[in-house]
Amino acid sequence: MLCSICQKKEATVFLTNIAGDKMQKVNLCEECAKAKGMDDPTGFSFADKLLGLGATQEIEQAGGEKGLRCPVCGFTQSDFRKAGRLGCPECYETFAEPLKAVLQTMHKGTRHVGKVPETQRQGHNLAAELKQLQQKLAKAIELENFEEAAVLRDEIKQVTARLSQHAAERPV
Amino acid sequence: MNLDAFLIPPAETARRRGPHDRIVMSSRVRLARNIRKAAFPGWAKKAERLRVLELIQPAIAALPEMADAFFGTMDRLSALDKQILVERHLISREHAARNAGSGLVLNRPETLSFMINEEDHVRMQALSPGLQLHQAWAIINGADSALEKKLDYAFSPELGYLTACPTNLGTGIRVSAMLHLPGLVLAEQINPIIQSVSKLGLTVRGLYGEGTEASGNIFQVSNQMTLGESEAAIIQRLEKVLNQLIEHEENARASLLERKPKLVYNHVGRAYGILANAHSISSKETMNLLSLMRLGSDAGLFPELDRALVDELFILTQPAHLQKQHSEKLSTEERDLLRADMLRERLRLISRPVIPPPAAAEGGLDKPAD
Ligand SMILES: [Zn+2]
Ligand SMILES: [Zn+2]
Repeated sequence: MLCSICQKKEATVFLTNIAGDKMQKVNLCEECAKAKGMDDPTGFSFADKLLGLGATQEIEQAGGEKGLRCPVCGFTQSDFRKAGRLGCPECYETFAEPLKAVLQTMHKGTRHVGKVPETQRQGHNLAAELKQLQQKLAKAIELENFEEAAVLRDEIKQVTARLSQHAAERPV
Repeated sequence: MNLDAFLIPPAETARRRGPHDRIVMSSRVRLARNIRKAAFPGWAKKAERLRVLELIQPAIAALPEMADAFFGTMDRLSALDKQILVERHLISREHAARNAGSGLVLNRPETLSFMINEEDHVRMQALSPGLQLHQAWAIINGADSALEKKLDYAFSPELGYLTACPTNLGTGIRVSAMLHLPGLVLAEQINPIIQSVSKLGLTVRGLYGEGTEASGNIFQVSNQMTLGESEAAIIQRLEKVLNQLIEHEENARASLLERKPKLVYNHVGRAYGILANAHSISSKETMNLLSLMRLGSDAGLFPELDRALVDELFILTQPAHLQKQHSEKLSTEERDLLRADMLRERLRLISRPVIPPPAAAEGGLDKPAD
């Protein structure tokens, strides 16, 4: 059996990764296993590295427009598919489309639940509030409830202003 | 600061105790964090990595829990020192391979470590002995909350903490426990157990499977998903499964000793025989045999053996730790000789396993030969 990474040498390290119904077998040669820190199950990032290998496979199959390129860091669609990693935090905007399907199969949900940095909590709440108001507005328009829509538009304007003020106050 | 002078002797770390540490060797929680407006380390140019390192390192240094910490940049640590850190699970092997622009901050008790510019700008980890996920989370969560006041984290309300690899997106948390499961392996129950455990959205990993690739019977269980579920929910789910695994392992050991004691005595006795008498032994074989000694110690077969000695030898017999005790550069063959010397010396006062009286064993088989 050949090594799953280099596809050249004979595999001597066999790893099995089971998550839910998916069973992933990774077979590595001695050298690749060492290089990736995968020959030691007690290793610091054994779990991370194995998950990372799985991610690379999923991302390779990700679709999306060919010519995507992050305006901040210059990372391209083909870099993304090759590395299975992103170039910078801004890349999540650029590659939002191809990432959508990847995240769906990879994670429990596609929206963050959990810790929010205190410094961004206010912004986090405002963003959530804004989203809710926008949904209400869409509904009001759909039901031709124009009085309510006008009120909602005012509220959205206020929340948007607070949100941009908050963004300006963030550290560094 | 000199790393040698900083690091704690393995004899001391091996003596640390935690709940269920017969089976759960350690609990870890790690968080991945990045700062805004900087490329991830794998894509950043050297100058940018240096800038990020110089921004992050002082912020970590200022944390009260990091008073008296060790600071190092990866270009200034020797290859041997890096390897020592890997063998102690304080940094990843990939981090060890990095140079200028990457760094490490490690607290005095070696329970809290920060890798700067590994795959993410910061990877921080809390390590506790035994099953102590909540404690490890409390420690790392506290450090993270203090750090967020100084660093502008890349965070999106929709996607959470933004990470270099989408597998860590959201909470950026990886909660894991390192388990010693020789009972389930010997009873050949490990595969079905792992299959059933993993239905719960967790992953179990070990170097097991076809034939000879044993691994000291050590397995890592951790959460796989980081987006769409809170830290508390992830920890709770993992803990529930770990408690089940502990019970399965205890049952497997008890039933082996009751139904197939000879199988256990044979494995433990042979392990002892080789470790205490070999004149050349590889680190892989050592790990596998020490695992069986650990099982024997848990089963009361070595009355004068303190399990801490076994755990200490797990660390000391690894290549870099062996090399550290000798000034000249050792070849693999030389290390195998010195490893065997050390094992014979350290196990000198340990008698061979005591087999319980025949009443507790299989009928008649323990009768002395005429
Ligand atoms: Zn290979
Ligand atoms: Zn980018």
